[in-house]
Amino acid sequence: MKEGWEAVIGLEVHAQLNTDSKIFCACSTSFGEEPNQNTCPVCLGLPGALPVLNRQAVNNAGKAALAINLKINPESIFSRKNYFYPDLPKGYQISQFDRPFSEHGQVEILTSERDEGGRPVDWQLRRFGITRAHIEEDAGKSVHDIGDPTKSHVNLNRAGTPLLEIVSEPDFRTSWEAYDYVTFLRRTLQYIDVCDGNMEEGNLRCDANVSVRPAGREKFGTRAEIKNLNSLRFLQKAIDYEIDRQIALIEAGGEVVQETRLWNEKENKTYTMRSKEDAHDYRYFPEPDLPPLEVSQAWMEQLRAELPELPEARRQRFIRQYELSPDEAFTLTGQRELADYFEEAATTAGNPRAAANWVLSELLRELKNASIDITRSKISAGSLGSLIKLIDDQTISGKIAKDVFVDMFATGKAPEEIVKEKGLVQITDTSAIEKVVDEVIGANPKQFEQYRSGKTALLGFFVGQVIKATGGKANPQAVNEILKSRLDA
Amino acid sequence: MTIKRTIDQIHELYASGESTPGEITKAALDRIERDNAGLNAFLMVDREGAERRAKAMNAGIKADLTHKPLAGIPVAIKDNLCAEGLRTTCASRILGNYVPPYTATAVRKLEEAGAIIVGKTNLDEFAMGGSTENSAFGPSRNPWNVDYVPGGSSGGSAVAVAAGHVPVSLGSDTGGSIRQPASFCGIVGLKPTYGRVSRYGLVAFASSLDQIGPLANNVRDTARMLQVISGHDRYDSTSANVEVPDYLGALTGDIKGLRIGVPSECFGEGLDAEVREKVEAAIKLLEDRGARVVEVSLPHTRYVVAVYYIIATAEASSNLARFDGVRYGFRAEESRTLSEMYRRTRDEGFGAEVKRRIMLGTFVLSSGYYDAYYEKAQRVRAMLVNDFAEAFRKCDVIATPTAPTPPFRIGEKSDDPLAMYLGDIYTVTINLAGVPAISIPCGVSKDNLPIGIQFIGPHFEEARLLNAAYAMEK
Repeated sequence: MKEGWEAVIGLEVHAQLNTDSKIFCACSTSFGEEPNQNTCPVCLGLPGALPVLNRQAVNNAGKAALAINLKINPESIFSRKNYFYPDLPKGYQISQFDRPFSEHGQVEILTSERDEGGRPVDWQLRRFGITRAHIEEDAGKSVHDIGDPTKSHVNLNRAGTPLLEIVSEPDFRTSWEAYDYVTFLRRTLQYIDVCDGNMEEGNLRCDANVSVRPAGREKFGTRAEIKNLNSLRFLQKAIDYEIDRQIALIEAGGEVVQETRLWNEKENKTYTMRSKEDAHDYRYFPEPDLPPLEVSQAWMEQLRAELPELPEARRQRFIRQYELSPDEAFTLTGQRELADYFEEAATTAGNPRAAANWVLSELLRELKNASIDITRSKISAGSLGSLIKLIDDQTISGKIAKDVFVDMFATGKAPEEIVKEKGLVQITDTSAIEKVVDEVIGANPKQFEQYRSGKTALLGFFVGQVIKATGGKANPQAVNEILKSRLDA
Repeated sequence: MTIKRTIDQIHELYASGESTPGEITKAALDRIERDNAGLNAFLMVDREGAERRAKAMNAGIKADLTHKPLAGIPVAIKDNLCAEGLRTTCASRILGNYVPPYTATAVRKLEEAGAIIVGKTNLDEFAMGGSTENSAFGPSRNPWNVDYVPGGSSGGSAVAVAAGHVPVSLGSDTGGSIRQPASFCGIVGLKPTYGRVSRYGLVAFASSLDQIGPLANNVRDTARMLQVISGHDRYDSTSANVEVPDYLGALTGDIKGLRIGVPSECFGEGLDAEVREKVEAAIKLLEDRGARVVEVSLPHTRYVVAVYYIIATAEASSNLARFDGVRYGFRAEESRTLSEMYRRTRDEGFGAEVKRRIMLGTFVLSSGYYDAYYEKAQRVRAMLVNDFAEAFRKCDVIATPTAPTPPFRIGEKSDDPLAMYLGDIYTVTINLAGVPAISIPCGVSKDNLPIGIQFIGPHFEEARLLNAAYAMEK
């Protein structure tokens, strides 16, 4: 950001809640059906149809709210947000306004600026406020006919899908803070299985409110709202673009106008969608078709008890407890099962550092190549821990271990079993190694001469030959020591 | 006028084999056909379907009588109630030839109880009005004198019963739309407690006020209808999970010691002298039969019309937003843009009164006006609920006129919406408070037009109201 300026960013995230049926009717929420297949009188907004609240949606909203430290209101009310659009069948969206489902949250997350290559440069723990999270229904989709510009089509399969709208405080100062916050939200919601979190498919959507002000000034500048940010990267780029645009505008003597802007991903720019004058008066009023939503203390406690340790907290614990880097801990806590796997392997091995290395490099690579996730790994966490133990107690060498790992990945056998079957136990017996060393020196008189005449770099050649002669089983450290004593004698 | 039979009388004919559902239904359809050009009670008559269903009941009718309270009874329903496959217009152009793919819970319950739906009745467009003159398909006429309005908005349902087309019908009541036409047509009409009857399938006018209820020639038939349509419905979150008592069993006619509250606010300025006289005479009659008259107060009565027209129009402006020409009903063709399509569809599709109320409702919900109108109206509404709670400490039933005047002439108030709204003064309070009320005939004016009295009860005390009405009827 340009020197002397500060940006103020607030985020509105819409998360589609994972439910089998829609929020106010029994229609399926399954994706990819024929247009208007998943509809009924309620979600079509037919005259006389009435909404009935889906408990599962409230349950998911409750879990999500607690996971981001929001306070759930014992009584919240649904309101109608009135506006006309062809994909809004009733002419109003059932949402919440005055008394939302949950309020007053705060999260503490790791965030970092990035270098030119997009690599984090300095992870810091920061606090961000969450104003509220409320429950509402999604609209349908309008599809404009490319073949016939006079026609548009409406698909109401999505109409009535439950959403949780999570509104942050204007607490972000850089695009990367916003990026890390939305990443945090997405991971948290996925982790507790309340939202698929796929931004490209639109089940997690994000709008950003951006303004700038001279550094040190208290008063907020005029903000613009940016929509159509369907990936984390676009979110980050659009915010940066918008910050630069607003600063340039002000420095050129212009003024930022309050408006809604759309991100154009092809041109990497934002464009005016509608100005403040065109803004809707939504005429919110309490939804008379639904009684207030009551949430009992007991039910809330039950939800809280069901929540696992959450990814951001777990990440921060991994950094402290296992001395992992923020990036390593980030990857390992991306999925609940992966984090569980790592911890079990680390405990079995008694070596968290090695467990992290094995999971992050070998295991994740193999899983990726096989296009499967951790839950389908043939290597159990216990087996990986055992493999690390075999290295640490010098039963096998690190090099052999990599071969054993490949075998384990393919067959699911225990490492001890593979080592035994293939006779891979490391040779640490000095006399056995001495014998091989003498043989190798005897077989390579020319190299021996060269070594003796000062070309000591040939040590590596001899180590290699000895290891090779033992089928890789010789302990490399012992080989080194014995060779040196013989060659230098 | 045609001989009117009660449900019990029709059932006796079935039990003795003197008649069959097929015959009774055919007779009803014939009468409708004969009268409809003059009275315009029906917007749609399902002759073929009704005759088919009725004939199919002929063979099993004696068995049905034992467990179906409306076995073989022809019933008319207001045309803002959905019945699968039957055109539903709400007396509006905007619904065009809309045919609902599902049936309202109350209508389904009627059918399950053996009723034969013969057709859909006329109303003020979207139930907005008190005379049935606001129908896009012409006004219904009062069978007592066809130059007079039958009341509204359930005018067609009231005419169909009063003219002897059907023994019972269904209406809906948002601010008096069952009780006032019942009063104007000299029949019985009941607005149940809010939540007593499921609203699922009733095209919404004002969701927090709307209730479906019966119209009938007598109290027993009213009770029987209420019995059938009441109860919790999981498709309506505002329907109450409160046990349904035996309404027919409650009709003892014994009102000894019943405390009848008379609120002075409802007998003052604006009340027609003849109406006052007949209503007071009716109260006197009840006193003679053992009831005790006590004075009660409904201090916020003078605000109710204003409060009602804020809340009802606010909800209506939102409820009627779905009629946009996109998915069903009427659409103005040849529009060049989306907003032009919306504008023209709604301009051409809605009538003047509906548009007036949408504008009023949109205004009171608008940013900057919400607190002064909608929010304040809600606070007064809470006070009204409290007024009734206070009054019912002193009495069991409150008695008021149903309407301040006898029926008026067609066209008499058409150009004066405010005069029309003031006619709702005794009925809208009841919807705002959510309590039940019944209108029953209590006399005839010197012009030979009916006058009704209204009994109001505490929440879910319909049985008490029905019995008070029954005592009067005897």
